[in-house]
Amino acid sequence: MGHTHESSPYCEAVIRKFTLAAVLWGILGFLVGDFIAWQLAFPVLNLDLEWTTFGRLRPVHTTTVIFAFGGNVLMATSLYVVQRTCRATLFGGERLGSILFWGYNLFLALTLLSYVLGYTQAQEYAEPEWLLDLLLLVVWVIYLAVFAGTLLKRREPHIYVANWFFLAMILTVALLHVGNNLAVPVSLTKSYPLFGGVQNAMTQWWYGHNAVGFFLTAGFLGIMYYFVPKRAERPVYSYRLSIVHFWALIFLYIWAGPHHLHYTALPDWAQTLGMTFSVMLWMPSWGGMLNGLMTLSGAWDKLRTDPVIRFMVTSVAFYGIATFEGPLMAIRSVNALSHYTDWGIGHVHSGALGWVAFISFGAIYFLVPKLWGKSEMYSLRLVGVHFWIATIGIVLYITAMWISGIMQGLMWRAYDSYGFLEYSFVETVKAMHPYYVIRAIGGVLFLTGGLVMAYNVARTILGKDAATAPALQPSPAR
Amino acid sequence: MAPVEKDPVTGRYTTGHEWDGIRELNTPLPRWWILVFWVCVIWSIGYWILMPTWPLLNGYTPGILGYSSRADLETELAAQKASRAVWLNRIESLPAASVEADPELLTYARAGGRIAFEENCAPCHGIGGVGAFGYPTLADDEWLWGGTIDEIEQTIKFGVRNSNPNSHQSEMPKFGADGILTPEQIEQVADYVLTVADRSPVATLPGAAIFAENCAVCHGESGEGNKEIGAPALNNQIWLYASKLGNQTPEVRNAEIRATVISQVTRPRHGAMPAWSERLGPGTIRMLAVYVHTLGGGR
Repeated sequence: MGHTHESSPYCEAVIRKFTLAAVLWGILGFLVGDFIAWQLAFPVLNLDLEWTTFGRLRPVHTTTVIFAFGGNVLMATSLYVVQRTCRATLFGGERLGSILFWGYNLFLALTLLSYVLGYTQAQEYAEPEWLLDLLLLVVWVIYLAVFAGTLLKRREPHIYVANWFFLAMILTVALLHVGNNLAVPVSLTKSYPLFGGVQNAMTQWWYGHNAVGFFLTAGFLGIMYYFVPKRAERPVYSYRLSIVHFWALIFLYIWAGPHHLHYTALPDWAQTLGMTFSVMLWMPSWGGMLNGLMTLSGAWDKLRTDPVIRFMVTSVAFYGIATFEGPLMAIRSVNALSHYTDWGIGHVHSGALGWVAFISFGAIYFLVPKLWGKSEMYSLRLVGVHFWIATIGIVLYITAMWISGIMQGLMWRAYDSYGFLEYSFVETVKAMHPYYVIRAIGGVLFLTGGLVMAYNVARTILGKDAATAPALQPSPAR
Repeated sequence: MAPVEKDPVTGRYTTGHEWDGIRELNTPLPRWWILVFWVCVIWSIGYWILMPTWPLLNGYTPGILGYSSRADLETELAAQKASRAVWLNRIESLPAASVEADPELLTYARAGGRIAFEENCAPCHGIGGVGAFGYPTLADDEWLWGGTIDEIEQTIKFGVRNSNPNSHQSEMPKFGADGILTPEQIEQVADYVLTVADRSPVATLPGAAIFAENCAVCHGESGEGNKEIGAPALNNQIWLYASKLGNQTPEVRNAEIRATVISQVTRPRHGAMPAWSERLGPGTIRMLAVYVHTLGGGR
């Protein structure tokens, strides 16, 4: 089996491919995201071309950051972690791993192309048409086989908690993908969903919410559970907490989808269920945050000296913020204000930029030197630069969206003394303009941070002096 | 497996598991964490008892409060309808001019008219009726189809050049495209129209005769327009199909106006407007008429 690096007995060529793909897709995803943010502030940037309109580029952004950047990070980390924590090489070896890599990234490339050309199922985060859905299904079954096959080969008596989360993610995403994409094809490029009306909406948000819950939460908690204790060189805070919060999270998340459909045609009883399960989800989510943060007990000083740890800790903090805000926004009367406003966009991005991207950056900075046989990144100082640029970007982004979203919600519901609307829709749009500009500037910063990372990764890989690379030390600039 | 050891930092014991060097502490669940979790669970159970929640074979548990978001909505809509009816009944029963004459009704109608205008009319006519390229300004005193309050209400109700039988209909001939005038004649008439717009028509221009023969029947001898057929006045500097007057030099502005006149005479554009009586109630339309009429240019 492919022992491609002299220092490692594990299959790592495929991990290197996934890691590089993650960095590249990340840059593209941030770039498109920021471009459409500028489009919202200045509509002339739609360029009057059908391929570059907001409507087509928005799914390009979401798919690139979630499934291309996030997906490649998940595959890189899960396949790295499962080998090491099972002391087993990858099931199917480099060959099956390579098929998985090219299959998954082919799916992504074709999918993004199809959006730009105007093919879509018009279901959020599940836009690919049925042929591409089938391709993803095949690829995902290969992923399950590689991951579960490696678990079965393990030479450890127990399965490490990170692998529970990864496996839960892989299994549930398979179920969600199949359930939400049941459709009747009418041609090679067009299909109609099997369910109609509110049933379709409910299926869509069962999928949509659990794409967040399992792809962007469970999977990335798996990353946290390996890379935080590894980097901090501390034991995991609580084994019991990991068991309890894992099962509570897995059981409760799957019910929470209806909170996306408050005050719609969805029956009240389904709304209540979704809302209460979202509230009960608060502590199970915070169990993960506690286990991540408290693992640093005895290693808090590393926050000052190691920017990689800083990425990881900040990501866990953002996870805590987002998973408090989520249940709050799921409460029906809060949702009456927040729904359809920019508050939702701010909430999603505090999770996506703060939690998902930051834990990914931390993992990438941990992995790259290990995978390419170096002792450390080319420049830890640049890691620190990336951290601060990206953090300021996130703060600008989410505060702008909080203000703009709450303002928008309040303007929509403002009545004058005669009972007429105080503001027309277009007045709310005008009021949001400055916040759209601030958001887009935040996006520029976040993208710049990504470019700094790409440069640092490239210099690390291309650097020659592995043995004399600087060890983990604080840089003088801090 | 690894031996169970005491962690010197926290004083906790490890579990004895080890994976790739990672160990776990046997820390018990934080008490506050369990407590808050149970509070959330109990709160949820309380909510289930009060609110519609669990699906049954034939229906669902209704909850003891009997909550229904649909019933709430209907109650709110009915209450709002009732509070508006007091005003709307008076507004609908009086002629528009009388609504405008009553200060109380005028204030109400302008408030209701403003928001109805901004939600329905502003996308074309602009906030406050400032107009846009191809969409008439409503804040000035120049009117294509008449500027009295009744004429404005009529236009809002039935619109312009749509499928409603009562809508305003009229069409300017395609003088150029249909070969009625040669390109040279069209340029000549455009040069003459520029002098008409300046209110100093030069009768010796070759375009003057062409204008008298072809244009004056609708636009008037001196370009004063005809509101019966929506023929715009040409004896002013208001142009439907020109950019907003900015700080262009007179030469640049004249060249633009000349080009727009030539284009319109050659192959005219015809603006259309929906019949709003097909979408809005009579009270809202009357409030819109009052609002537009009082924007500044009502006759």
